Amino acid sequence: MAYSLIGKNFTPPDIRAKVTGQAKYSEDIRAEGMVFCRLLTSPIPHGRIVNIDTSAAEAMEGVLGILRASEVPNPPEPATPMLTDAPKFIGQPILAVAAVDETTAHNAIEQIRIEFEDLPFTVDPLQSLYPGGPDARPDGNMVAPGVELRRVKWTARDFAAVEAGQLPMGEATLEWSYGDVDEGFANAAVVLDETFVTQGLSHHSLEPRTAMAYWENGKCILHGSSQSQSFPHPGIAEYVGIPPEDLVFVAEYCGGGFGSKGNAYPFMAIPAHMSRKIGRPVMMRVSRHEEHFIGSARPGFQGRIRMGFAADGRFTAADLYLVQENGPTTGWSDYRAAADAISLVYSVPAMRFRGIPINTNTPPRGPQRGPGQNQIAMAVEPLLDKAAAELGVDQFQIRRINATTSDTRYGANQNTVTSAFLGEALDIGHEQFDWETRLARSGQRNGSKVRGVGIGQAFHSAGSSGFDGLVRITPDGILHIHTGVGNLGTYSHTGTALVAGEVLKYNWDNCVVERGDSRKHLPWNFGQFGSNTTYTHSRTNYVAAMDALVKLKEIAATDLGGVPDDYDIGEETVFATADPSRSMTYAQAAQRAVELGGRFSGQEYPEDLNDMTKRSVEALAGTGLIGVSKDNLGRSGTVAGLAAGFMEIELDLETGKWEIIDYLGVADCGTVMHPQGLSTQVRGGAVMGIGMAATERHIYDPQNGLPATSSLYQIKPPSYLDLPSEMQWAAVGEPDPENPMGMKGVGEPVQGCAAAALLCAISNALGGHYFNRTPIVPDMVVNAAAGRSQSHGPLQVNTA
Amino acid sequence: MSDNNSVDLTAPTSPPEPRLDTGGAMETLGRSKASRRSFIKGVVASGAVVSSAGYVFGGLSGCTPEQAATPGGVERLLRLNINGEMRSVDVLPNETLAMTLRYKLGLTGTKLGCDRGECGACTVLVDGVPNYSCSTLTHTVRSKEVRTIEGLEGANGELHPVQQAMIDELSPQCGFCTPGQIMSAVALLETNPSPTRDEARHALSGNLCRCGAYDHYLNAVMRAAQSA
Repeated sequence: MAYSLIGKNFTPPDIRAKVTGQAKYSEDIRAEGMVFCRLLTSPIPHGRIVNIDTSAAEAMEGVLGILRASEVPNPPEPATPMLTDAPKFIGQPILAVAAVDETTAHNAIEQIRIEFEDLPFTVDPLQSLYPGGPDARPDGNMVAPGVELRRVKWTARDFAAVEAGQLPMGEATLEWSYGDVDEGFANAAVVLDETFVTQGLSHHSLEPRTAMAYWENGKCILHGSSQSQSFPHPGIAEYVGIPPEDLVFVAEYCGGGFGSKGNAYPFMAIPAHMSRKIGRPVMMRVSRHEEHFIGSARPGFQGRIRMGFAADGRFTAADLYLVQENGPTTGWSDYRAAADAISLVYSVPAMRFRGIPINTNTPPRGPQRGPGQNQIAMAVEPLLDKAAAELGVDQFQIRRINATTSDTRYGANQNTVTSAFLGEALDIGHEQFDWETRLARSGQRNGSKVRGVGIGQAFHSAGSSGFDGLVRITPDGILHIHTGVGNLGTYSHTGTALVAGEVLKYNWDNCVVERGDSRKHLPWNFGQFGSNTTYTHSRTNYVAAMDALVKLKEIAATDLGGVPDDYDIGEETVFATADPSRSMTYAQAAQRAVELGGRFSGQEYPEDLNDMTKRSVEALAGTGLIGVSKDNLGRSGTVAGLAAGFMEIELDLETGKWEIIDYLGVADCGTVMHPQGLSTQVRGGAVMGIGMAATERHIYDPQNGLPATSSLYQIKPPSYLDLPSEMQWAAVGEPDPENPMGMKGVGEPVQGCAAAALLCAISNALGGHYFNRTPIVPDMVVNAAAGRSQSHGPLQVNTA
Repeated sequence: MSDNNSVDLTAPTSPPEPRLDTGGAMETLGRSKASRRSFIKGVVASGAVVSSAGYVFGGLSGCTPEQAATPGGVERLLRLNINGEMRSVDVLPNETLAMTLRYKLGLTGTKLGCDRGECGACTVLVDGVPNYSCSTLTHTVRSKEVRTIEGLEGANGELHPVQQAMIDELSPQCGFCTPGQIMSAVALLETNPSPTRDEARHALSGNLCRCGAYDHYLNAVMRAAQSA
């Protein structure tokens, strides 16, 4: 279908401020009388405060207040608290000190004396599972979202496999299977049984999560670093301890989140509590070092997978076991998502999954771009190549034959998908990347360098439904698209708004996107995470615009005669189809909506709206023609966002360093909403994927529980010089049948496919050496090339 | 190699070519050495100690009594040339340029991503040379011209060609590293108006982008070079 706005590039309304320095992030906000607070954070990995003396700090000139854990509404254990007297990770906030300036606050913190009782700690889940092993929490060692906290120990017998360098597989706390797994393995031509480790990864968004808050007329005005706008609002209000309507939440710009700022997080509320306590606006600047600890991290896996393949490369069965390093608190559900991803991406006919999330005294874990799916892509995709080699099929063929389709069923409940065109993505890559030519030259030697090629694939559920849309035509004829989507940097707050303009046949110059501040009266929208915005909010803007369209026609029929169906729209005018001279402009219709009142201008609204949307409509009532609706379009399955990455590298066997010669990422994201935006996601995702595969480390010293990587130079996110000068992208472009415009999201799989492609290319350059571990850092390559053993054991985690 | 999937991993090879880069990179390296020296010198002269714990800075409108007693006798009231305007500002001896710009002059376009010279978000131009303003003492720029992101727009609001190219190429994602990327690009094009893509890559390599928008920043630099 031909669209006039969708599928075309646009200039996002917020980009000029980003290039002029006018964009205001949290740390750029100032308020009259603003003071600063700083955090006192835990120097130990696990313990509790026995005695604390803050008197010297309180007596210091310029100190305005000290905020303790007992003064804030901490969420119930085992969730991550705002402040605590029982720290479970180094860098955990214990208290906050406000002062007239940061130096004074810092000096005051130096004067606080704390006596800790040290408790046992661990930075390795397996260590905690050993009989008598240390627990990261006094009340247990096993928890995840939806999984009740308890203590789990395996037997010494369970650990026998460790001797063979394989993952021991004791009691799991989540288990499912479908199909006949035993028969699948019995019928396999090749069966692999592999143990692997994927690292934890700090998010390290470039903007640390600084927050600033003040109170005015009983309301809290909070400027926070958030990738989402409407969705975290109720949760943040709860952390502040007020009803949502008393919170003004501003998140107009956000300096990156990658999942770590998608939901409400407790630390954002600290300056709000401090401000209420001392009666001054309070800014809490978060340092890079602090961001490492409170800024979330991706869980790592210690895993084992058995995979069976028929002679043609088709999967016959899979059996996956995952131990998830889940930090000291509730953590995330990566292990579940990882299992689903294997089942879905390869259409595995029979599969068993067992998993267990285990606490460690490391930074709290949360979702990071492709949580679970991208780690497992890194583990499994290289092993596909290993199987392919044993079967004598090539890396492309083994993927093509297993590629998921729209008919697939996956996971424990054999769920369906709305659409999946992974095979088509592979075909596009095969051709555009000239795979056969590059494959033919893999293994070629140039001095100490060897060519290698790799293909990676990844999936993420890329859309949701049931949220609200809200648009408004004001009597000046302008279309205001109110969106509660955040500003993660994808520009989908505006990309999805195009849909409303498209439905109402607007000139985009006459459209305004209202966003970034709850005072702009925003609808209840989903968080900007999970690759979902494009799908979810093209739908909400569609239903809101359709509601506006109905009302435009009703107003025309009321004033100009006939019935609504007699009317059509065009050029921001509603006119009688039989006699276009009987018409009224949108501006006139909006004025009439105000006069007619009722549902036309928001005095009445559908009952099924979320309370947030209701409040916004009430606030906007009488200002124009209101289009508002909940997305009740229905959805029959998981929205499958899929991607395939193709990479060619040169690997230097003497330095262990790779150079990427070319990369192509291909997205299966339905109708392309915003080509330029999609290209930034495919390439940017690849950059992060390359870091995840081969540069970014998460190191903890097992003896003392100390971090060795808290700074950017230690963690090593990729820089310009780690990357090819240009990367290529493509899209399948097959519309998703369950989105009115055919769109779906893809921001996450485009990372995982690139990570996997690089790992596969490295192994390919090494003639089929599989590390079963990420990241592959240069010394590992050098060791492998020289035939030396590695410096880490097969199950070790948080290693250099 | 005849067998394309088999590599002799132990075969001796010629030593790899040094991967240290072109003249552009060496220049950058040279500059950062110089600025580190002057940074250390500045710290020694003021007698202050840079704390290892996060952001530390003195009062917004003056300094605490404790700091007033700091030895060294450095003059505090400075006249600084910022974006072509002379600005008077009260500067502590241990104050970084980033803090002066952001908290005393209201120029918040210069971002703090790490405050440790790791990320480049705070890049400004000092006499046309990119500097990490988080690691530059304000006292060291007294007789120099400082340019920030706010100084690029023309008087009637027209954007600098680099800024316009960044919009056209959809370069920023989250936008937090963008001012620093732009300042490095402006400095490059002023010394090398027609860089190769590889020269641009090296010139901007001190600016991290966590969103991974590197391709799009380079596209913008090349577009701006053509339009100038």
